[in-house]
Formats: sequence, structure tokens, C-alpha cells
Amino acid sequence: MKKILFGLLAAASAVLLVWGFHQAVSAPAEMMQGDEYRIIFYHVPSAMVAFLFFGISMAGSIGYLSFRQKNHPRALAWDAWAVAGAEVGVVFCTVVLVTGPLWGYRAWGIWWAWDARLTTTLLLWLIYVSYLLLRRFAAGPQMQTSAAVLGIFGGIAVPIVYIANRIPGQHPGPVFGGDRASGMDPVILRPFLWNILAWLLWGLVVLILRHQLELKQQAAAARDAEQALNA
Amino acid sequence: MPSTLWTHLVKDLRIEWRSREAINSMLFFALLVVVLFSLSFDPRGAFSREISGGVLCVATMFASVSALNQAWAREIRHQVLDAQRMAPTAGSQLFLAKVVANFLFVSIVQLILAPVFLVFYNLHILGQGWLLLLVLPLGTWALVANGTFFAALSINSRNRELLLPLILFPIFTPALLAMVNATTAIFTGDFDPVIWIKLLAAYDIIYTTVSLMLFDTILQAE
Repeated sequence: MKKILFGLLAAASAVLLVWGFHQAVSAPAEMMQGDEYRIIFYHVPSAMVAFLFFGISMAGSIGYLSFRQKNHPRALAWDAWAVAGAEVGVVFCTVVLVTGPLWGYRAWGIWWAWDARLTTTLLLWLIYVSYLLLRRFAAGPQMQTSAAVLGIFGGIAVPIVYIANRIPGQHPGPVFGGDRASGMDPVILRPFLWNILAWLLWGLVVLILRHQLELKQQAAAARDAEQALNA
Repeated sequence: MPSTLWTHLVKDLRIEWRSREAINSMLFFALLVVVLFSLSFDPRGAFSREISGGVLCVATMFASVSALNQAWAREIRHQVLDAQRMAPTAGSQLFLAKVVANFLFVSIVQLILAPVFLVFYNLHILGQGWLLLLVLPLGTWALVANGTFFAALSINSRNRELLLPLILFPIFTPALLAMVNATTAIFTGDFDPVIWIKLLAAYDIIYTTVSLMLFDTILQAE
């Protein structure tokens, strides 16, 4: 049953990605930027998915630490969410950091600006790469505890940097819920929302696969440990 | 002051007094960074005021890593750390004593380095110089508290000396940002450093609290 549901999810995301691409290409050109704005259909959804997955990773870290001593299998499942969220989040965050300067160079004439959202995103990327490095370097059963602690520390850093950088900067102000000039025309909003949904589902597919893989690796490691004990 | 914390602190200070390993290595390293930067950028006048805040913070940051790596290394020898784990005292006191000791070491290095720094960078402070007495301790505390915590966290890993800067620097970035902006504001007198000092204080409070709460978890992580 689970497999069928997952297959449906994967098929739906594939269909939506094609549909989203079609929408992104067929949407009318924007008044100020012409065709260049179309990168928004990839840049912004990737950023949303990345931030969501980093949130999942932090929740996984907290879950691991709270169940660590009471219920070990459950704690391991939380840990698998933590690593899956961090890894897939880093991939999406990389997409954001690559598409952003490309767009910025055409729209602003510069590749990079040290303002709130750019700095926060770059810092998040650095923190979660260091989290993945720690998981690789640290060995043994303490690794998951150390990684969970680092995951929590990293999550706390984000709002601090965001506040530190809240001086008006280069990046556009909030498009939604900003002043009266904010908002999107429906002809652009519709493809935008389709693309968000498509990338979110696709991200979830990859996230779930990575979670399953981590659970299998945990089981294999436990088997190896048991064999080594019995040998 | 709780007696356990005091015992740990006196022990660390006495070891350092006898060997002077941490302070000497940090001092020389920081001096090297300051010299290298002044050779690379040829700092004079207004330009030197703009970059020197950043150079001072970065030099402290790089230098302290060498001492922080050693902070727990001597506890591993002869299984001292295992004894600490079994001792019926809170791990947070051990942690706090280490932080205070390292805070003192880094502060001494900064005090010795300050005149050298003023000379090499031809500094003439235009803002309120006394605020540095607030900014530098706050920034050093942020660095040392997180550094001591992450040094303990990476103690069980392979290549722990390599790992510490890799996990410490990203987390320390917000504090570095505040520290650099505050010192630059003081050196140049162009803008008000108070908001950055507040941010640094908030960072210190938040991260010290979280470190104290989670330290037992990583000390007993077996």
C-alpha cells in the first residue's frame, strides 16, 4: 500500500514538473524584465523547499535528542529525517544560490549583494554543509547525537542573521503581503503556484527516498554490529 | 561561585601558567595574521580604519582555534574525561570553567596584541574607543563559548583538529558579523555601534544558554 502511494506521488510529481515547465514557458513575458523573470519559477520554489527541508532537519534533530534514551528505534527514524532533510535541503539551496546570481546579474547588473536574504541563505547552506561534514567525520553512535546538537545550533543561527541583515538591501521586498504594489498578476501567479507545487512534490519524493535509504543503512549498520559481537 | 567550577578553573589556569602553551601559540599566530594582512592590504588612513575591525576579529578567530583544539585534548590523555563523566557533578560546571579559562587566555592575547595592532595599522580611533571594552569581550565570549562546546563535540571524531573550524566558523558567523560591524563603527565613527552590540549580547545569551543545556548530552554521548 505504501509503495503504491509513493508510486502515485512520484508519478504526480513527474506530471506536474512537465506541466509546470509548460506553464513557465507559455506564461506571458513580464513588463520590466521580459523573459528573464522566468527564472522565478525555479529560484523561488527551490528556496521555499530548501527552507522547509531545513526545518524538517531541525525537527528531526530535536526528535532524535528527545527519544534518544527512551525509544531508540523511533529516535533513529527521527535521525533519518534529520539527515534526509539536511541533504536534500542542501541540494535545493545550491539551486537557489546558483540561479540567484544568474538572475541578479541580468536584473541588477551585479552577481551578489550582501543583504538579508542572500546572506541568510548562504549561511544556512554553510551550516548544513558543515552538518553533513560532521556526519561524515564523526564515527560511532555518538555521531548522531553530535549531529543533532549541531542541527539545533544551526537552526538558532538563522533568525539572528536575518535580524542582523534587516537593513533595506538589494533583494526585492516581500512580493506577497507587502505594500499595495506587491502581489503578482494572475497570469503569472498561476504558473508560479503550479511550479511551487511541482517542485515541492518532487522534493518530497527525493526526501522520502533518502529517508528510506537512511533507515536501510541504519539497519545494515546494526546487523554488522551484531555480527561483529557474535563473531 | 560553585566550588566545582572553581576547582576546574584553577586547574586549567595552573596548567596554562606552567606551560603557557595556549597563550604563546595564539599570540604568535595572531601576530602572523596581523602582519600578513597588513602586508597584503597596505593599510593607511581611512582605509585602515575600515578594514582593521575585520582583521582584528578574524585574527582572534583563527588564533583561538589552535587553543580551543587543545582545550579538551589534555582531558583525553589518561582517560581524565571518562573520570569527569563519572564524577557526580553537573557537566555544565566543567564546561563553564573551560569557557572562562579560554576567555581569559584569548583576552590576554588581545590585550598584548592591541598596541602592536595600533602601530601596524596606524590607527586613529574616531568613534567612542571605550566601547571596544564592551565589544571585544562580548565577541570573545561568543567565540570561546561556541568553540569550547564544538571542541567537546568533535572530540570523538576522526580528524577532530580539522573538524573544529569547519563546524565552528559557520555558527560563529552571526557574532562575527556583529563584532566586525561594531568595531568598524567605533574605528570610523561613521555609524552607531549600539545595535550591533545588542545583537552580540543577545547572541551570547542565547548560545551560552543552549550550550549549558546541551553540554551534558554531548559529554555523555556514548
